[in-house]
Amino acid sequence: MLRIDPGVVENVAKELYIRALKILPPDIKQGFDTLAARETAATAQNVLGTMIRNIAVAEATDNLLCQDTGIPIYNVTIGRGVELSGDDGAALKAAIRKGCERATREHPLRSSIVHPLTRANEHTSCGIGVPVIQIDHRDEIDGLRIEMIPKGSGSENNSWLKMAVPAEGIDAIKTFVIDCVLDAGGKTCPPTIVGVGVGGTADLCMHLAKIAATRPLGTHCADAEGAKLEDELSGAVNMLGVGPQGLGGDATAFAVHVELAATHITMNPVAVNMQCHSARRASAAITSAGVSYGF
Amino acid sequence: MAHYDLSTPITEAQTRALRIDDTVTLNGPLFGIRDATQIAMFDRGRATRFDLAGHAVIHTAPNVKKVDVSPANPTGYAPVCIGTTTSSRMERFTRPLLERCGVRIVIGKGGLGVASLAAFGEIGGAYLAIVGGTAALETTWIEAIEDVDLDDLNPESLWRFRVRGFGPLRVAMDSHGGSLYTSVDADARGKRAAALAALGVNARPAR
Ligand code: SF4
Repeated sequence: MLRIDPGVVENVAKELYIRALKILPPDIKQGFDTLAARETAATAQNVLGTMIRNIAVAEATDNLLCQDTGIPIYNVTIGRGVELSGDDGAALKAAIRKGCERATREHPLRSSIVHPLTRANEHTSCGIGVPVIQIDHRDEIDGLRIEMIPKGSGSENNSWLKMAVPAEGIDAIKTFVIDCVLDAGGKTCPPTIVGVGVGGTADLCMHLAKIAATRPLGTHCADAEGAKLEDELSGAVNMLGVGPQGLGGDATAFAVHVELAATHITMNPVAVNMQCHSARRASAAITSAGVSYGF
Repeated sequence: MAHYDLSTPITEAQTRALRIDDTVTLNGPLFGIRDATQIAMFDRGRATRFDLAGHAVIHTAPNVKKVDVSPANPTGYAPVCIGTTTSSRMERFTRPLLERCGVRIVIGKGGLGVASLAAFGEIGGAYLAIVGGTAALETTWIEAIEDVDLDDLNPESLWRFRVRGFGPLRVAMDSHGGSLYTSVDADARGKRAAALAALGVNARPAR
């Protein structure tokens, strides 16, 4: 049995925030290469080239990819053999929060988090309900897995929910996605991963869109109909010509990702949440063998 | 499509020479501003001791670290990572920046709207697009943080950076009514029906 050591979790939470801000996952780097290889517009080629160069400069200078430290999100998955008792759940959350704060003070990082009404910044990257910490359970993995996502505001500010009705059918879902990509233009720092949530309740639908937007490139919706929809939408959004940074070109999106949940007979909700080209994430596995980092 | 190597401050004539799709590299002082900076200046009437006339501003809020005051770091802040934020949130501040402060160049990402474009035309200004999300690269173009004002708003203080070889940046909105954002948006909306048809949807008007 693995007991959760808050000290280890705190260090991991700190390390993950900094790693996520500095090293782009390999699937996103691959996504850039794919887009650059098929881009036909000269301006867009240029913009993609600058983005690719920035990834190398960030690694060479050990610097952040983007100045936006984002809203810190920690997704915790508790796997097999983890012993949770007493106050361990609360201690786990407290340790993550502490690690997030330490990354901010010790690196140092810009704290992008303010009180929503007073706009006061505590310079800790923490506040009411932030960092966002989500805890899930899965039997397929060993130990504890923590994924960290610094979600940039340029993409997060372009989030939409539509409570369509059944009579509007799947056409409403497709039309909504196209219109969201048009409305976002260059504000989301395209090329993006367009996350689409379909079904569920209003809040679940939005949450699914976030899961879709932050899923690694090359992964597919587990539901066959959902996977078909993401293929169709991926092709269609790249016909629009919004292009990298909204300056025109083929590379509007790396991909459209879809996540589904069952919904009510009277409902047809669709949500869109986007991930910008700085599609940052980092993860760590804490097992009895120790800590290992990945994406 | 010309390239300009400009040293700030610049004149109205230099600004009006810029046309969309030209490229610009900047040298000299560059001022960093953001939402809270401009809310303070234009909604709450806070004055700055900086003279922005003829200068360039960039929509940013940097990552900095506190260091000892020295000739290299006169403010006691050293740059960590300096990048650019989405401009459209600050659309309503373009006109006062130009009219009241004499700013000539706004640098940002994602573009500004029709009110800003009108102000650029009437007063003489231009918007230069930087590639958003490439802050590691952008930081290498910044020589120093020379000064800072309104620092109670940190990180949304009014920053004065000194830059060298800052760019190339693309002129995306000019003083002659040209805007790459307007033209790309119109083109993209023109392709909406075809994209929907490819999805098997009969296009209805946009929401
Ligand atoms: S949208 Fe993304 S890439 Fe662009 S500035 Fe924000 S965090 Fe950075």
